Amino acid sequence: MDELQELERIRQEGLERLAEANDAASLEAWRVAYLGRNAPVMQVFSRLGQAPRELRPQIGQSANAVKQALEAAYQEKLEAVRRAALEEELTRQKLDVTLPGRRPFLGRYHIETQTMREILRIFTSMGFQVYSSPDIETDEYNFTYLNIPPHHPARDMWDTFYLTTPGLLLRTHTSPGQIHAMRQFAPEPVRVVLPGMCYRYEQAGARKDIQFTQVELLAVGYDITFADLKGTLQDFADRIFGERLRTRLRPSYFPFTEPSAEMDVECVICHGKGCSVCKGSGWLEIMGCGMVHPVVLQHGGYDPAKFTGFAAGMGPGRIAMLRHAIQDIRSLYENDVRFLEQF
Amino acid sequence: MKVVLSWLKEFVDIDLNLEELARTLTMAGLEVEEIQLVGLPMPPAERHEFHYSGLTWEPDKIVVARIDEVMPHPNADRLVLCRLHDGQQEHIVLTGAPNLFEYKGKGPLPQPLKVAYAKEGARIYDGHQPGQVLTTLKRAKIRGVESYSMVCSEKELGISEEHEGIIILDPDAPTGMPLVEYMGDAVLDVSILPSMARCASILGVAREVAALTGKPLRLPRATLPATGESILGKASIQITEPEYNPRFVLGLIRNVRIQPSPYRVQLRLRLAGMRPINNIVDATNYVMLEIGEPLHAFDYQALVRRAQGNPPTIITRRARPGETLTTLDGVERKLDDFTVLVCDTAGALSIAGVMGGAETEVTEQTTDVLLEGASWNFINIRKTVAAQKLNSEAAYRFSRGVHPALAPEGVKLGLERMALWSGGEIAADLIDAYPVPHKDPQVDLTAAEIRRALGIPLSLDEAENLLSRLGFTCQIEGDVLHVQTPPHRLDIGEGLVGKADLIEEIARLYGFDRIPARRLADPLPSLQEDPNLAPTDKVRDALVRLGLQEVITYRMTTPEREHRLYLDDAPERNAPYLTLANPISLDRSVMRRSLLASVMEIAERNTRLRERLALFEIGPVFLPVEGQPRPDEDWRVALVLTGTRQPPAWDRKEATPMDFYDFKGILEGLLEALHIPDVTFRAAQTSTFHPGKCAEALSGDRVLGVFGELHPKVKEHFDFGPAPVLAGDFSLKALLESMPVAYEVGAVPAFPPVLEDLAVVVDESIPAARVEEVLRQGGGKLLTAVRLFDIYRGEQIGAGKKSLAYRLTYQALDRTLTDKDATSIRQRIIRRLEQELGAKIRG
Ligand SMILES: [Zn+2]
Repeated sequence: MDELQELERIRQEGLERLAEANDAASLEAWRVAYLGRNAPVMQVFSRLGQAPRELRPQIGQSANAVKQALEAAYQEKLEAVRRAALEEELTRQKLDVTLPGRRPFLGRYHIETQTMREILRIFTSMGFQVYSSPDIETDEYNFTYLNIPPHHPARDMWDTFYLTTPGLLLRTHTSPGQIHAMRQFAPEPVRVVLPGMCYRYEQAGARKDIQFTQVELLAVGYDITFADLKGTLQDFADRIFGERLRTRLRPSYFPFTEPSAEMDVECVICHGKGCSVCKGSGWLEIMGCGMVHPVVLQHGGYDPAKFTGFAAGMGPGRIAMLRHAIQDIRSLYENDVRFLEQF
Repeated sequence: MKVVLSWLKEFVDIDLNLEELARTLTMAGLEVEEIQLVGLPMPPAERHEFHYSGLTWEPDKIVVARIDEVMPHPNADRLVLCRLHDGQQEHIVLTGAPNLFEYKGKGPLPQPLKVAYAKEGARIYDGHQPGQVLTTLKRAKIRGVESYSMVCSEKELGISEEHEGIIILDPDAPTGMPLVEYMGDAVLDVSILPSMARCASILGVAREVAALTGKPLRLPRATLPATGESILGKASIQITEPEYNPRFVLGLIRNVRIQPSPYRVQLRLRLAGMRPINNIVDATNYVMLEIGEPLHAFDYQALVRRAQGNPPTIITRRARPGETLTTLDGVERKLDDFTVLVCDTAGALSIAGVMGGAETEVTEQTTDVLLEGASWNFINIRKTVAAQKLNSEAAYRFSRGVHPALAPEGVKLGLERMALWSGGEIAADLIDAYPVPHKDPQVDLTAAEIRRALGIPLSLDEAENLLSRLGFTCQIEGDVLHVQTPPHRLDIGEGLVGKADLIEEIARLYGFDRIPARRLADPLPSLQEDPNLAPTDKVRDALVRLGLQEVITYRMTTPEREHRLYLDDAPERNAPYLTLANPISLDRSVMRRSLLASVMEIAERNTRLRERLALFEIGPVFLPVEGQPRPDEDWRVALVLTGTRQPPAWDRKEATPMDFYDFKGILEGLLEALHIPDVTFRAAQTSTFHPGKCAEALSGDRVLGVFGELHPKVKEHFDFGPAPVLAGDFSLKALLESMPVAYEVGAVPAFPPVLEDLAVVVDESIPAARVEEVLRQGGGKLLTAVRLFDIYRGEQIGAGKKSLAYRLTYQALDRTLTDKDATSIRQRIIRRLEQELGAKIRG
């Protein structure tokens, strides 16, 4: 019966010692001492042969029970110690979450690209396809084919940079692209949007620069009316300004369209109440438009008796200025990073 | 154009208030830019859409008064005292107005002077301060005389800048009447579209107002109230080229007395922006402003003298080679062969439609006036105005087109005004030379044509109604509307153009706002998209994803600015430029040849603002090509990188500057993102980059562009800090042509790879790319990745050698590779390295 008492002693001692072990190292030492090859309980197993035969099963069972009890206690303690260690570790690793993060470099599009893309996305979704034409134009494409013959009073509307090569100039608008597109596709209908850099010979100021981008629309087809022009531009204005702002078409004059109109949109800043941006009028002029003039259709290769069309033109720079309250349009091409990084 | 409200109301009744009138005009294409109040109050409105300037005259404080006597000031020579009656009581008013001095000390005036009188407490502009500064009249003592009110100048009442003397009103001004009631007015500044040149007159605007509001138009009655003998035989006209001078009309008035015009005439001229001169010249300007026909007054006796006492012959012709003329402004002008002149038998008198000559102008001594009303070819006038850099109110109108029908109307009205204001006798008859009468177009229109353009089903009756309101004569015949253009418009064309012109007028009067909006219903056309657009956006997207900032720069520059990008003796400095004929400033005289130069300038400008700069632009350069009318517009991609690799931060003290390999890494990222195949790099030499730190990027045999670190000598041309400046200039065309439309991808391997490190010792001269090439040749298909992770130089491996350490990935798609497989690949690689490069394997 000594062995059974011994086992009980081993169990008690083991559990007592285990309670004292509170870290990974002392636990491991305990494990070696009480569950290792030479642990007292293991020794009981190895002495089993020496015990009287009739007692062996009882001693064996008791020894197993003590071993399992110790193992279970060990596992439980091990978990507890690990949990405590982890908690301590986590506490120790606590960061100052308010310190600045490590940022990868954020690439950015120029604001004009962003605005241009947005405009093109809207028009391409309406079926207008992007068509490009050169910056350097001939007098014919920039003026004559657009129903602005030499010495016509309308030429005053465009202050032009000329090149020393006779007949060449920097396009003053994207409208020459209308002729290029029409001539390429006539007599098939055409529905294009023409983005591009344009130039005006004038003193640069906060509101106008010698260089600016323009986007122009052209739709020529069998049944295109002023009503289509209104619908298209109204849809555009709704989408680019993101809310239902009132618009109005005001009679205007462009030699290449007739009737011609100027589209005003309710001031995006004051919603029509009057502010410094709209100079108190509550309206902002955002684009010129009209029905394509029959002479321009003819220059494009269309029979004006069979085809009609509309055209419209706007400045992404101006739209960006309005949407972001940019004070000076020259900021666009000065490219100060302190400006660019705000977009 | 300045539209004086009271003048406008002479031709049409206006029920609208100023705000409504301005909106009505604006929405009809006559944009009102500003409204100047001349005494009138602001119209009541919840919100004023238009910008108002000017002064409102308080009815009880500013009135018409009568000066009965002008007396000397006891203590001051430059001041006088006026005995004045304001309709209620008498005042003694102090003033220094020089135009009262002639009445000083003359006792009670036989004909009292009518003046604008501001009482104590009136708000007016301070006449002694520049600009318009409001002030309130207060009681004060000036040189011992009490003063609390004043007689006003035009400046003080906000009429004009005039402050030399006080306003002396016409004698019939009723004493005591509030001034605003007597002459309160407003001026609408209207911008006139080139297509609406017919509106460059009060009558022109009145015609629009009548059409828009449905009120009747009161046309001025142009009679010829002649009291003298006929002009016939007293002058003659000879038009040499009718295409330049379609019509020329002359009238005559004799025994005029040159003096200032009545005040109300002077006031209108001033409000309209013109300076009153004398009653004769004022009459010509008045008629021009009123109906749009510029007139010219000659001193008739001066013409007779030039014709040696004979009746003068007026000749219109083009200038002869070398001919000059001294104009009214005293400038002797060289004339071009397109300049049309009005001459007499002795020579040139004036530049037709633009400016008169000095010799025959109306002077104080003039007694007889020959009055010219003509019409001129507007293109010719425009050329002359441009060539002579000479503009005038007359030239403004003639260069936009004045209908020939206005010439006799203008002359009649002019003579009538002259007679009224100068007391002369109008000679009976006019001389009217009209060799090629103008034909006003007749245009036929159908309802279908209107619907086709405007999208509205407008009946011919409605169209007729709208056009009639504008003065067109219409007649409906079946389904056709015959429209006759009225004889004051030159903007209506013939045929198809005429139809479009009329449809525009119909739409304008109908109201754009009443035309419904519709979504495009026409079928979608075929593919018309610019094929470069989407791939160019891919390039831009990739660069932004790689952390670069896009810039958009000016495309105009100077050769000098671009030359900074090259060494001093570089051949690039001799390249031809596309040059502006009329640059607006010295620093933008040519179209750029180098996009990189533009981006470099931006980097330079920002270099002190950020520790790291990574910029790019995609845009064209302009290359003149011999024998080709248009230049090549070659689209480039330019990148500039400079500064620290990582900006210093709280946990990172050291700041390593970016170098060649930072740039190359971005470039590799770009080319990978674009799936450009067979990319190689080779050392290159240029006039921009460091000779040892410059490379070309290729896809197969196609050069994509060149990049590197700026040559130290080139860098000196810029204001950069110590960090190297890395840059590259790539051909967008080459990039786009190298981008595959479609590309194949491999399967994801299902078996584990074998990783192995290999250190290869080779001669320093062998480029890394060559080592990798041999590695790949030796490894064959099973070698799927090669990564260089270390380079070592040192005594252990000997001078002139380098050790390149690679991590190799062996991978088969169909099985797990064994140690035996790996060993055999490794041995093949080593054998190849030894054979081809004389390499040794380390360790
Ligand atoms: Zn506003």
